Amino acid sequence: MTEGLWILFWIVVFPGFVFTLVVGLVASWVVRKVSALVQWRVGPPFMQPFYDVMKLLGKEVLIPQDGQTKVFIFAPLVGMSGVLLLSTMLCQISIARTTFVGDIIVAIYLMVLPSLALILGGSASASPHAQIGSAREMKLVMGYELALVLAFIVVIIKNGGQLSLAAIAQSTPVLSISGMLAFLVSILCIQAKLGFVPFDIAEAETELGSGVLMEYSGALLAVWKIMQAMMLVALPLFLVMVFLGGFDTAFWRPLLAGIGKYVLILVLLILIKNTNPRVRIDHAMKFFWVYCGITLVVAVILATIGRELSISWL
Amino acid sequence: MGWKMWSLKKSPWVFHVNTGACNNCDIEIVNCLTPRYDVERLGIKLVGSPRHADALLVTGVGTCQAAKRLQEVYRQIPKPCVVFCIGACALGTGIFHKGYHVAGPVDEIIKEVDPNAIIAYVPGCPPKPEAMISGIVKALATI
Repeated sequence: MTEGLWILFWIVVFPGFVFTLVVGLVASWVVRKVSALVQWRVGPPFMQPFYDVMKLLGKEVLIPQDGQTKVFIFAPLVGMSGVLLLSTMLCQISIARTTFVGDIIVAIYLMVLPSLALILGGSASASPHAQIGSAREMKLVMGYELALVLAFIVVIIKNGGQLSLAAIAQSTPVLSISGMLAFLVSILCIQAKLGFVPFDIAEAETELGSGVLMEYSGALLAVWKIMQAMMLVALPLFLVMVFLGGFDTAFWRPLLAGIGKYVLILVLLILIKNTNPRVRIDHAMKFFWVYCGITLVVAVILATIGRELSISWL
Repeated sequence: MGWKMWSLKKSPWVFHVNTGACNNCDIEIVNCLTPRYDVERLGIKLVGSPRHADALLVTGVGTCQAAKRLQEVYRQIPKPCVVFCIGACALGTGIFHKGYHVAGPVDEIIKEVDPNAIIAYVPGCPPKPEAMISGIVKALATI
């Protein structure tokens, strides 16, 4: 009985829903505030993301007449539960070191879930703008997913075929040439996953009128916003664990270092967001498949050579 | 006042509709988003879809062509929502008064759909960004 309650507490309160939601909303405030400072503005107050979600929860929910009602309603919930599972899993591995073989593969699968939910929700809403948005999201997923998996393969090779995140989080592959290349490419992939500016092609506010999310209103839109806020926690945390040596919550200094690494990745993402214009979908595909692909093939070869000859800096 | 209205005041997302304006008011609306005025500090955000909006910024006289579209956009907005008539034309058709192409001032067009609509007025030709911000603040203070 107490065991079950404890698991419920893990999922609902501490590293799960409530904790991730609060940290995610604070992170989305950081995104908006830093963007405002870059553009020489004042920016929103600290509680702004909380107000936004609260307001959306209180508004009327409109469901399109010609849409697939069930898919339309369940898509945001599926996406949010995927991110919730991912962030709970990552925090559990950081804090309690509960791990199982192959959890990096599970994490890669869970990371696709929000994009799939966006595609489903967009195509269920019977709006031509949302259809174009989901078609673009689909192409974007096919573009960056290959590069992201290749980047993780570099890390797995450098760790000698280890597939457990707790073991991978002990090493810092970013301190080698191949690891650095993989880290840079995976930051760009995370940018596309979060839907941040150079790759916000699916949501493109000025041309598609917020694309996939166009028909969503009220509480369902709030669920999407919550999902995006939680992704701001889960995805940079995943990069910290895979490339930068992870969190260690046993002492306060490694814990602070872990938070510092997370903030570093977040600020890097925001700066990329604010200094680039939106690319076209064919540019994005070409960028991920050709340029990032070639970079990562080089990184995989370097990592294999380094592993075979045991040169740690390659 | 419930928590719904309270949080709506804290983050009014606006959708902008031009019903035959000369573009002057539209330029001044865009001016509100620039670093000099920065309405994001009040939580105001320009959104791309009427489904996400809490406030409708209407400029222009409301021509016969645009009137039906304006009513449709108003129907698509989840309630509660506030309508802002920006500029002299939207308030009382301005210099186009009794023109052959005018379907009436914007508030009358909106009231055909919803007689209980919350409508706020910002006069001027075009209104200054300061006037718009003060109009929005005053309107939110009264509802």
